Amino acid sequence: MFAYIVRRALQSILVMAAVAFVAFALFQYMGDPINQMVAQDASAAEREALRRTLGLDRPFYVQFLVFLKNLMTGNFGFSFRIGTPVAQIIAERLPATLELVLVAALFALFIGVPAGVYTGLHRHGAMSRFMLTVSLIGVSLPTFLIGILLILIFAVLLGWLPSFGRGQTVQLGFWSTGFLTASGLKALILPSITLGLFQTTLIMRLVRSEMLEVLRSDYIKFARARGLTNRAINFGHALKNTLVPVITIAGLQIGGLIAFAIITETVFQWPGMGFLFITAIQFVDVPVMSSYLVLVALFFVLINLVVDLLYFAVDPRLRVERSVSAH
Amino acid sequence: MAIWRNFTDLVRRFLASDVYYSFKRSPTVVVAFALTMLFMVSAAFAPWIVPHNTYEVATLNLMDAFLPPAWVQGGKLTYLLGTDDQGRDVFSTIILGARVSLLVGFASVALALTMGVALGLIAGYVGGVTDSVIMRVADVKLSFPAILIVLLIDGVARGILPRDVHDKAAVYVIVLAIGLSTWIQYARTVRGLTLVEKNKEYVQAARVIGLHPMLIMFRHVLPNVMGPVLVIGTLGLGIAVLTESTLSFLGVGVPPTEPSLGTLIRIGNNFLFSGEWWMAIFPGLFLVILVLSVNLLGDWLRDALNPKLR
Amino acid sequence: MAALLEVEHLRIEFPTRRGTLVAVDDISLQIAEGEVLGVVGESGAGKSLTGTAIIGLLEPPGRIAAGEIRLMGRRIDNLPYEEMRKIRGKQIGAVFQDPLTSLNPLYSVGRQLVETIQTHTDMSPTQARTRALELLHEVGIPAAERRIDHYPHQFSGGMRQRVVIALALCVNPKLVIADEPTTALDVSIQAQIIALLKRLCRDHGTAIMLITHDMGVIAETADRVAVMYAGRIAEIGPVRSVIKEAKHPYSHGLMGSIPKINDEKERLDQIEGSMPRLTEIPPGCAFNPRCPHVFDRCRVERPELLDTGVTQASCWLYAHG
Repeated sequence: MFAYIVRRALQSILVMAAVAFVAFALFQYMGDPINQMVAQDASAAEREALRRTLGLDRPFYVQFLVFLKNLMTGNFGFSFRIGTPVAQIIAERLPATLELVLVAALFALFIGVPAGVYTGLHRHGAMSRFMLTVSLIGVSLPTFLIGILLILIFAVLLGWLPSFGRGQTVQLGFWSTGFLTASGLKALILPSITLGLFQTTLIMRLVRSEMLEVLRSDYIKFARARGLTNRAINFGHALKNTLVPVITIAGLQIGGLIAFAIITETVFQWPGMGFLFITAIQFVDVPVMSSYLVLVALFFVLINLVVDLLYFAVDPRLRVERSVSAH
Repeated sequence: MAIWRNFTDLVRRFLASDVYYSFKRSPTVVVAFALTMLFMVSAAFAPWIVPHNTYEVATLNLMDAFLPPAWVQGGKLTYLLGTDDQGRDVFSTIILGARVSLLVGFASVALALTMGVALGLIAGYVGGVTDSVIMRVADVKLSFPAILIVLLIDGVARGILPRDVHDKAAVYVIVLAIGLSTWIQYARTVRGLTLVEKNKEYVQAARVIGLHPMLIMFRHVLPNVMGPVLVIGTLGLGIAVLTESTLSFLGVGVPPTEPSLGTLIRIGNNFLFSGEWWMAIFPGLFLVILVLSVNLLGDWLRDALNPKLR
Repeated sequence: MAALLEVEHLRIEFPTRRGTLVAVDDISLQIAEGEVLGVVGESGAGKSLTGTAIIGLLEPPGRIAAGEIRLMGRRIDNLPYEEMRKIRGKQIGAVFQDPLTSLNPLYSVGRQLVETIQTHTDMSPTQARTRALELLHEVGIPAAERRIDHYPHQFSGGMRQRVVIALALCVNPKLVIADEPTTALDVSIQAQIIALLKRLCRDHGTAIMLITHDMGVIAETADRVAVMYAGRIAEIGPVRSVIKEAKHPYSHGLMGSIPKINDEKERLDQIEGSMPRLTEIPPGCAFNPRCPHVFDRCRVERPELLDTGVTQASCWLYAHG
């Protein structure tokens, strides 16, 4: 087990290094940062001086190491577009995105898993067929369209819920939360449904197909032959085995939510990181782009780590050393 | 003659097959297939069948802007689904937009498929270091959502290319971006299947008689792994069309001069609050029906080619 | 002896789009209390399906189309699911082919035993665990006190099959259906497992329906044997008689294929041809295309089980007794 964790950790570090390198390459080769920083009429000598103070004249690998050191100390550079430190902008935007992703993930799990179990158990039922058809529509609906439709119905036509923004937020230290005010909670509803719906359908279909696979297995047949009750078989034996592969994919999906938040945040003008990233792309704001990239990669690595730990909790085959394997 | 006989023989075998049987049995799939075909044909011949050529700026009449659909009061019959802010016929822009969307979809699927199948075959057949390198790259990429990679590639292209060049190259950039971010699925599947096929007797036999590895891979192994590739390709087309429309909606996709469905929805979205709902809703509806049909086909194909799952 | 299990005119069908497949066609057999009935035949002969039908676990679209199954005089083939569930495990136990996949990998063997015991009895968790330990001792798991909390993957194949047997016998069922219990195991383990199964069932007075394609196992274990061919019973009778003087040409041929130590033959006998697919069963006797003694009646009329003296065989050769 220890070896496994070490290997996973090394893999994570490798991924982070690769991402950091891409981010660095973006910095390095997309436009000349000097041009962005000095006045139009700056002399060649002035440019050279700035180049030296910024360390841009040093060899490639030294610059990469400096870049890495800066990343680790939270120094992400300055936004080309706004001129403020990227770290500061991200700190302002981060809570909005994370709260949105959290609510959407809970929504996706608490609807998706039970729906998948239900359709897996009653696979020929009318309700299951209906749910499957609905889920296929869900997969075919692009996120932004779901958002538009929800806004049209609940904000424009019915006027029940706000169509943009986070509502009122409360500042808890550096963290601004929308969970503590009524308007903040109301503002969360439409965006989180929009963001979570696609993953809900995906998780539901995944749980369903895994459930069907498990229900065909020998140990389920044997469990039936032992006369166990349907409840014990379906929710004890089958569901637990279903969850093993589901955990991995669900982990990836929740990571995916962070990326898909870009779309939802654009539709709802949600003041989060995704909205920031899209603006950065449109204006080629490289420091913001590369910082976002590194940060998202960090989240992914963390999620993967949590998934690995969950695996240990669920699957004894990983937990226990192989003591007896010979016949 | 012989070719014709081969062909009719093929058709007869297809009509007797399980795949065709399950196709006939499911009305939903038949409808989805018909719709998909209709969309493809209309996309292929779009410039000749649209009532108004909305690419010709000169023919646009600003007096006709913001007209509602024909059946709503104030609508005109020549603009069946209404007009947009520049007086463009919504129906025509949808057909032309779907052409762009499908073009990007097919091109990026073709790119991803070619790349993924080739790399998967090589990884599976050659094995060793080649295999590890290809699969590690795939692993790292798989842990990132495709949309993020697409956005990144698009962002880089924007940074490198001058503005006017980028607008012209936008479609290619998007095809490249979607293709590069989706080849992994093909590669993983093909690699897995190749590993299985590699140990079968017919491949062993082909090796023994000294056929060139390339020949074995592409002539013998490839046909046997095409079923799952077809399924991934079909589902991939739906995803590619969705990704393209998402990018265009976000304003980082194809330029607004030749709008795709996503661009149309983006434009329409600006007028949603002021009551001109048709500009966003019709392209949206069309997009959903298109993707849903393709997904239904892909879903059915997967089940039909894999009877175990039924 | 009173019959524990009676199967009468059982017919199992699979509706497909190319017509209905009859996988088991009109078979009848009895098992007495404490008796070991061997069921042999090639794969596809319908042995396993018969066993599965008896414990009521046929997978749709497979279904019992005709016939009756009675356990201690009570009809069990048409019971509601919940009623049948209470019989499974409690009165009819089952052991399946592959011990590697029969156990849930995510639960310890102790937990799987305790859960089965508690499903069928009123024992408290502590009592059930004590009983589980006894069972593990009984099936010969060394250091059972420690092993009870281990997971299936920590056991070897033979040890796992012992656990499976413990699970099948944990509430003393009247009958155990053992479907190829040793096929997936190493040859060296097979004899041990069969001996264990036989000993336990003798000690508890449990009857066994032993499904296998291995005549050697049958010869050592069974009291009576039923030979199945293409979904029908070819011959049924005491195991000695069937082996020594099989009456049905198919079982005769089958016995000819068992190697004998004292035999001086260079080659084993074999039956020409192979068993027909379910879609291509010929009219009349299913064996007629391969039968060395075939005559006209065999091609038209299907033989019932006919008395041949000691055994019963479905063969027109014995029509006049």
